[in-house]
Amino acid sequence: MTSTAHITTQPAAVCWLATEDGLVLQGTACGAAGTATGELCFNTSMTGYQEILTDPSYAGQIITMTAPQIGNYGYTRSDDQREVCHARAMVVREMCSEPSNWRATESLPDYLRQNDIVAIAGVDTRRIVRHLRRQGAVRAVVTTDAQLGASPDALVAAAAADPGLVGRDLVAEVAVTEPRVFDNAGSLHVAAIDTGIKQGIIDRLLAVGCNVTLLPPTTTVDEIMHSGSGGARPDGVFLANGPGDPSAVPYVYQTVSELLGRIPIFGICLGHQMLALAAGARTYKMKFGHRGGNHPVKNLATGRVEITAQNHGFAVDADSLQGLPVAVTHVNLNDDTIEGIRMTDAPAFSVQYHPEASPGPHDSHYLFYDFVQLMEGRL
Amino acid sequence: MPKRTDIKKILVIGSGPIVIGQACEFDYSGAQACKVLRDDGYEVVLINSNPATIMTDPELAERTYIEPITPEFVEKIIIRENIDAMLPTLGGQTGLNCAMECAKAGILDRHGVELLGAQTEVIERGEDRKLFAMAMENIGLEVPRSGYVYSMDDARRLIEDLGYPVVLRPSFTMGGAGGGIAYNADELRDIVSNGLDLSPINEVLMEESVIGWKEFEMEVMRDCKDNAVIVCSIENLDPMGVHTGDSITVAPIQTLSDVEYQRMRDASIAILREVGVETGGSNVQFAVNPADGRMVVIEMNPRVSRSSALASKATGFPIAKIAAKLAVGYTLDEISNDITRETPACFEPSIDYVVVKAPRFAFEKFEGTDETLTTRMKSVGEAMAIGRTFNEALGKALRSLEDGRAGLGSDGKDRFDEDHFDARITTPTAQRIYYVAEALRRGRSVAELSELSGIDPWFIGRIKAQTDLEADIKGRALSDLTADELRAAKRMGLSDVQIAYLTGTDEGAVRMLRHAWDVLPVFKAVDTCAAEFEAYTNYFYKCYDDEDEVPATDRPRAMILGAGPNRIGQGIEFDYCCVHAAYALHDEGFETVMVNCNPETVSTDYDTSDRLYFEPLTYEDVADVIERETPAGVVVTFGGQTPLKLAEQLLRDKTPIMGTQPDAIDLAEDRKRFSAVLDELGIAYPAAGTATTLDEAHEVADRIGYPLLVRPSYVLGGRGMSISYDRERLDRYMTRAARLSGEHPVLLDRFLEGAVEVDVDAVCDGCDVLIGGIMEHIEEAGIHSGDSACCIPSFTLGEATLDTIRTHTRNLALKLQVRGLMNIQYAVKDGVVYVLEVNPRASRTVPFVSKATGTPLAKVAARVMAGRTLVQQGLVDASGAGDVESSDQPDESAAAKVGEYVPTRYCVKEAVMPFGRFPGADTLLGPEMKSTGEVMGSAADFPTAYAKTQIAIDYPFPTSGCAFISVCDRDKRSIVAIARSLYKQGFSLMSTAGTARVLEAAGLPVRRVMKRSEGRPSVIDHVTNGEVQLIINTPFGQEARSDGYRLRSAAVRFRIPNLTNLNAASAFVSAVDAVIDGRLDISALQDYA
Repeated sequence: MTSTAHITTQPAAVCWLATEDGLVLQGTACGAAGTATGELCFNTSMTGYQEILTDPSYAGQIITMTAPQIGNYGYTRSDDQREVCHARAMVVREMCSEPSNWRATESLPDYLRQNDIVAIAGVDTRRIVRHLRRQGAVRAVVTTDAQLGASPDALVAAAAADPGLVGRDLVAEVAVTEPRVFDNAGSLHVAAIDTGIKQGIIDRLLAVGCNVTLLPPTTTVDEIMHSGSGGARPDGVFLANGPGDPSAVPYVYQTVSELLGRIPIFGICLGHQMLALAAGARTYKMKFGHRGGNHPVKNLATGRVEITAQNHGFAVDADSLQGLPVAVTHVNLNDDTIEGIRMTDAPAFSVQYHPEASPGPHDSHYLFYDFVQLMEGRL
Repeated sequence: MPKRTDIKKILVIGSGPIVIGQACEFDYSGAQACKVLRDDGYEVVLINSNPATIMTDPELAERTYIEPITPEFVEKIIIRENIDAMLPTLGGQTGLNCAMECAKAGILDRHGVELLGAQTEVIERGEDRKLFAMAMENIGLEVPRSGYVYSMDDARRLIEDLGYPVVLRPSFTMGGAGGGIAYNADELRDIVSNGLDLSPINEVLMEESVIGWKEFEMEVMRDCKDNAVIVCSIENLDPMGVHTGDSITVAPIQTLSDVEYQRMRDASIAILREVGVETGGSNVQFAVNPADGRMVVIEMNPRVSRSSALASKATGFPIAKIAAKLAVGYTLDEISNDITRETPACFEPSIDYVVVKAPRFAFEKFEGTDETLTTRMKSVGEAMAIGRTFNEALGKALRSLEDGRAGLGSDGKDRFDEDHFDARITTPTAQRIYYVAEALRRGRSVAELSELSGIDPWFIGRIKAQTDLEADIKGRALSDLTADELRAAKRMGLSDVQIAYLTGTDEGAVRMLRHAWDVLPVFKAVDTCAAEFEAYTNYFYKCYDDEDEVPATDRPRAMILGAGPNRIGQGIEFDYCCVHAAYALHDEGFETVMVNCNPETVSTDYDTSDRLYFEPLTYEDVADVIERETPAGVVVTFGGQTPLKLAEQLLRDKTPIMGTQPDAIDLAEDRKRFSAVLDELGIAYPAAGTATTLDEAHEVADRIGYPLLVRPSYVLGGRGMSISYDRERLDRYMTRAARLSGEHPVLLDRFLEGAVEVDVDAVCDGCDVLIGGIMEHIEEAGIHSGDSACCIPSFTLGEATLDTIRTHTRNLALKLQVRGLMNIQYAVKDGVVYVLEVNPRASRTVPFVSKATGTPLAKVAARVMAGRTLVQQGLVDASGAGDVESSDQPDESAAAKVGEYVPTRYCVKEAVMPFGRFPGADTLLGPEMKSTGEVMGSAADFPTAYAKTQIAIDYPFPTSGCAFISVCDRDKRSIVAIARSLYKQGFSLMSTAGTARVLEAAGLPVRRVMKRSEGRPSVIDHVTNGEVQLIINTPFGQEARSDGYRLRSAAVRFRIPNLTNLNAASAFVSAVDAVIDGRLDISALQDYA
């Protein structure tokens, strides 16, 4: 891929989007030049394109934003969820290159070009969503390559050539390789196993009085148990969000299974799936996943409904919980899928959705306080 | 939590007549609430004084009271119906205020009635500035900084803190009098010192100005378990300083990042909690400083509002329906989303399109008023549009406004005031957006225009994308464009008319080329979820994307064209008719297809018709829907002038028109053809002529004599209509009218002074005729029928006259081959019945007549259009001829039967005027319509029915005090009896010299006062000082802008009933008797109709 960071005044370059099952759309390029493949997904959040783009969980994916006007408020560096963007490409109905917002540091197209993210604008994004709703997740290609674009067959073949997500370990691509410490002079110390953690989660943990040490996903149980300051035992372990197929990272959930019962654990998204797998449950790939900021989740303990941020294509299989020491704590009201679990024999809980939001509603921030209470032995 | 079982009977309070700031959105929300509550097994009792509402249809409630919305009437209903609970949050400010008054008067406690949706303390906390500011402080949210000042020294100290400009509001002055914005020390001194004087407690609120800040709104719902959702976020294109009802608004919010949006979301929910809104919908408004993101809370409304109606239409989330369910105990997760069926209502709609709402103004009706937009709402209606992008939606919204524009400029209608071009960008007016676009065309920069206007650069940047595209195609031949360019223009939201203008051709050519090149639109669904789940409701909008989502259907489609945005002369009454047509045609087996762009209405509820297209009612947009749906028939006669204008073009496309054919409409409009018809039928009509030049006008005037009723041809609501008593006025009119109507001729009719005017609504099926109602006007001829009160049945006309009217009505209906509704205006003078006007279409009075007689005329007419005869409907007697004399009828109608239901009660309709919103405009009634809404009163006698209408209008109804009387010479004889009655009723009398002399001669004691032009203290001073409770003032010929005008303005300002003609004055006096005698009883529609 070549970068085209310079701003061109020429008419927008042509760009193509094709799926493995034969949908071919033509639009205009609004990011970097080049070709990118990945699993095509859609996100229904009406704000937060930047946080979505920089969420490492999107590694290997092409993000379609259903909100039609993207880029309006530009790009604000401090809102990044990760320094590196792992999404493969972006699909929008209309892209704004002259943003308006007092916090913006640059335009979204500039960011995309500088970071080599291919993006296509001007396509019927609603059609893509309806396609995915009917067909389920598909592999796709986005390209500015005119030669490729000239042949629908070649485009479809390029889409089909993407390795897809199933069985693929994408965590290794996005995680830290060395421990990183976030010290906010907190009273608790959290060891976070980085499978692609979002800055929003770190911020929430810091906000509730934790210091955070980010550990590579391959960190051993022993290392984790001594990852506190000066080699001390941390107060809790956090299981992060992350990309791809949970069953493809056995080394993480095996570690978790060894940690269970020894230390308080809180997991989010992939971390939730890690906890479930560690407890002996199964996960499965959903038809087209949950990605957006409006999913209602019911907390079964309180009966309250939280409007949640979601981003997952895999889920915990409810049937597989039979006979396990696992209680379901949260369910999705749209499709009754499992959104949260708690171990009945160990201090561990997790949610499938994103209580840290970033982007999304803040209704579920309370879970971070719950984690603090768990670590302090009060829950 | 399941629904409550401890309450059975719920009183729903409606919002009363349509006024500026409170329109049919409350019929939409109220009707939804009634339906929902009944479905849940509650007995619904309804009070609303507005007959032109769907909610007052008898089948929507167990008991429907079309009575004034006042605590007295509410208490009577509570007692008679044994009410358990009251739902006040769906009837706008009127409903909320009435509930508060009831609570304060102890009515609720006395009868054990519970308030649902909002407790009184909550309403107070939401509405009272000081309490609200305290509540916001409790939760750490900012409101604009402010303080109260009691002296100039206070003001000077506070300004140090606030900085200029500041907004100043004297406390407790009428209508915010004495307030203003101070930009400098001089203005501060002037406004504060004046304000301290005006304020009865010598207090002025001084507030930090947030003018120019970005303005946002959040529509929030909360249930009794504290679940809260944001249904919709709205961003105002016009910055702070313009009332949100007068702003162009956009949904969802476009220029906030997630960080900022979530902060606003958190604040919105926190505000509902702190104010204590336990269940239901609320609207919260914020201002954000564009320079640093500082957010302040402006206000919240603890009730369903205009914005929530907009939000419901914008998202497909029915706020009022859900609010009603929450009020009776359901929680959000227990209610399912109608559209997706499988998912609950406890979620936040995600929308994958852009919605733009544009306000519709009517300044042309109120000459002399300031057109600058301020924090006080002035628009009379609104249009909403949905597009895939802001540009597409904005273009649609602007061409929906029925003001002759085809989009944001470049339509051949651009006219700019070059001398004040920049001022038109800095000062908010209805035209500002066109100036911004033009400035971009002239090469001015986005940054500069944003600086001048305060409009966010994002919006101006989008507009620039349009003007840039225009520049690319302007001046080129249409055939020169490529298909891609044409598609790009359509995707930018340009209408065919605009493209035609830019390429020097006509709309038809653009349409033809689009077909040739396959640049055709598709229709997408509004589904609350951005297509994540399957949608089961058919709610569509047009765009130029790839995929069309309209499902196939085997049933024949009947398409109903709505009435577009509310404006004066065309309001809720036509929407009412369209809704009824949808119901009736659905029952006749059609798949009904509604096309409309007014978000306030019931017709644009996705529940009303089988398919809803939220589209402008222009030829292009309607024709696109027709091509998609291929309807078996299109109804053009129910939506007022808007769809009627399209009839001819649609017919040319071979579109089947349901019911009366456009030729009948043309026949009735065409003077020559119509005179011939009247001559043939032997029906009298005022002498008339047409003129295109001044000389021709003089000729006609000489022939038929003064006074003359003059007007441009083809108008609705009496636009541009005037009465000329002499040549001088005629000349003045002709010079002005030429500008009004272009090539269209001016019509001149002999004006029948002093005649009794009569309106008739009828339905004809081609064979037989149903007389809906014969309405006698209270005001004499010369006042627009829409502004005049009327009564069913007639209260003065003789049976012979009524029979003549029936015969004429039947003969005209048959002669014009009416298949559906028709309205005829008659004038009766000296025993002769003249036809003034025939309109073979739904009229403004159809809902009123339907309510008064219990016959749903619009439904009857729709069934006729579907082929069901009046005999089949059981509305005319199949066996014999009607009860009309058959002496002079034409042959073809010899067998025609006439049905009529004459109610035994008197039902009066009275018009409601918006003058309070337009200081400076004259309030004199005339042939040009100015009212925005209507109320109905019914009783066993006419005076009581009339009294109810006067009480229903939101003015104090005086039964004692001082009556000021000043009438013109013509009225001097007749005033004596009226004055004597007032005197006997206990009023003291006050007059100026001329009238006083007449009253004194009749032996009545009168206090003489001076006219304003004679010196001071004048009558204006007495009015200002609260010494006058009733004014009778008939106009003196020419002096439009002097004493009479000043008096009328003062009456509006101080909310004193002001009667400007003697017929209304007599009716008013008899109404006072009815009130004094205690005849104000209540009765439910289900009992009398």
